[in-house]
Amino acid sequence: MSEPILYGPAKLLPGDQIRISTNPNTEPFWEAAKAHKLTACQCAKCGHFRMPPSPYCPECSSQEVNWPALPGTGTVFSYVVCNKNPANGEDYIYVPVVVDLDGAPGARLNANVTGCNAEDVHIGMKVSVEWTSIQDGWVLPNFRKA
Amino acid sequence: MPWANQDKTAIVGVGATDYYVRGKSWPRTINDMAGEAILKACADAGISIKDIDGFAYYSTAGAGYLDKFDTASLMETLGMPNISFSATLTSGGGGCPGAIGLATAGLMNEDCKYVVTLMALQQLPQHRLGVVFGAAAPSPENSFLQPSGLVGPGHLMSVLARRHMHLYGTTQDAFGEIVMATRANTHNRPKAVRKAPLTKEEYDASVMLADPLRRLDFCLETDGAVAVITTTMDRAKDCRHKPAVVHACAHGGQREWGRAFAWMGMPDPHFASSGHKFTADRIWAQSGLSAKDMDVALIYDHFSPMVLMQLEDYGFCEKGEGNDYVLAGKIRYDAATQGGVNGGVPVNTHGGNLNEAYIIGMTHIVEGVEQVRGTAINQVKDAEFALVSGGPASLPVSSLILRSA
Repeated sequence: MSEPILYGPAKLLPGDQIRISTNPNTEPFWEAAKAHKLTACQCAKCGHFRMPPSPYCPECSSQEVNWPALPGTGTVFSYVVCNKNPANGEDYIYVPVVVDLDGAPGARLNANVTGCNAEDVHIGMKVSVEWTSIQDGWVLPNFRKA
Repeated sequence: MPWANQDKTAIVGVGATDYYVRGKSWPRTINDMAGEAILKACADAGISIKDIDGFAYYSTAGAGYLDKFDTASLMETLGMPNISFSATLTSGGGGCPGAIGLATAGLMNEDCKYVVTLMALQQLPQHRLGVVFGAAAPSPENSFLQPSGLVGPGHLMSVLARRHMHLYGTTQDAFGEIVMATRANTHNRPKAVRKAPLTKEEYDASVMLADPLRRLDFCLETDGAVAVITTTMDRAKDCRHKPAVVHACAHGGQREWGRAFAWMGMPDPHFASSGHKFTADRIWAQSGLSAKDMDVALIYDHFSPMVLMQLEDYGFCEKGEGNDYVLAGKIRYDAATQGGVNGGVPVNTHGGNLNEAYIIGMTHIVEGVEQVRGTAINQVKDAEFALVSGGPASLPVSSLILRSA
């Protein structure tokens, strides 16, 4: 087997190249993010979490939702080390992570992680939210090694 | 309980263009290539283009991912007088072999007599599949994925592969063996894009595109078209070749897989899987067969780890044992014995999407047909059953068992 690659620091993708769009189901999540508050869509009837936010609870079909304040911490469920900025193809080390959110069982976010070398990211690593300003005044939750 | 439509229909014609490296098919047009594939499939079946009266598409009738097939345009181009069945499976390449089940539905409902299933693919610079996710303006749903920089299918697949490595100790050596073992099947195939044998040193030197996956773990990017014709068994007997009998076919999947790597919410053990368990269980129930009964397996290989995970989901080995199964040489084809190696079932005797060509799964159907006809270039001796699977992706995924007549 070949030796693991040493990539160096894991960087966040620059916020000025990132756009999102919203709809009435997802907007409360992004409005909370704008205020640097991490939340997730929770069924107000049965308590089931679902992400991305969607119009019905897949467990009980209720349309009532809560947006609880989450601790803003989580655990890396899986990841990939990427080496080109998708906006321009230039060399750029970033690590997309799938994060299990503390306080919201079953809900995950896909984001970047920073605060460590890319080769040191691992499944089970604890992370905490790091806010990144993106286009149109929105704010994106990323993560930093806890 | 056997499937009600077991052995009632058959694939009787296959047709394909040359396979071009991405972008090299220009100045041919996509309908030019689709037409060639359909006309060749008719000739192979021994029927007239005027006999075609049905279309069963997959991938939401996409031709590639941005062009669309349209039955009326195909009639206008090719001159079929009447069409009495025109339908598609939804989503993407996962539905490829499932389209034969859709064709069977049309045939058994007596809607139509000869059904075309096809794919044509032309990746001009603005249509490149590898950046399809990134090029799209993010929808509200995709705004929960794309900002992370997961923009290409290879990025997405790597996240699943990484989880599989974590849970089961799966190694990159196994991914390499999948590429090398199937590359070994293309040296004698005139149309294959990659024919040179591949060494482990060459694999290890391949550029790391999305760690843990290297360039050679990614499938080819190909232009070209492939069409197949399905008809009823009574009509199949009058066609030119031995029918490739549709023995079982299923599409679908379960909620835990859902949108899969466009979502990333799959719980274990579904996350580190191919999402095929539900469909695999259906075709085994339909047929009363299991993986060990297959003579050859044509497994959708857009990315090498997905072959390993399908081997597990179809039961060629236990969940989590794909690494050892592959590294024991069990997916290899032995030309000397015209059979498997070390008790395994030969996989992708045509070289697959990784080595021969990538026409979103159709080449796997063609190889399945040729194997049960007994006319494959890398023929498995006395092949009776061939498994064909569709791409692990957003539901539906699908699979097909072809049987020799």
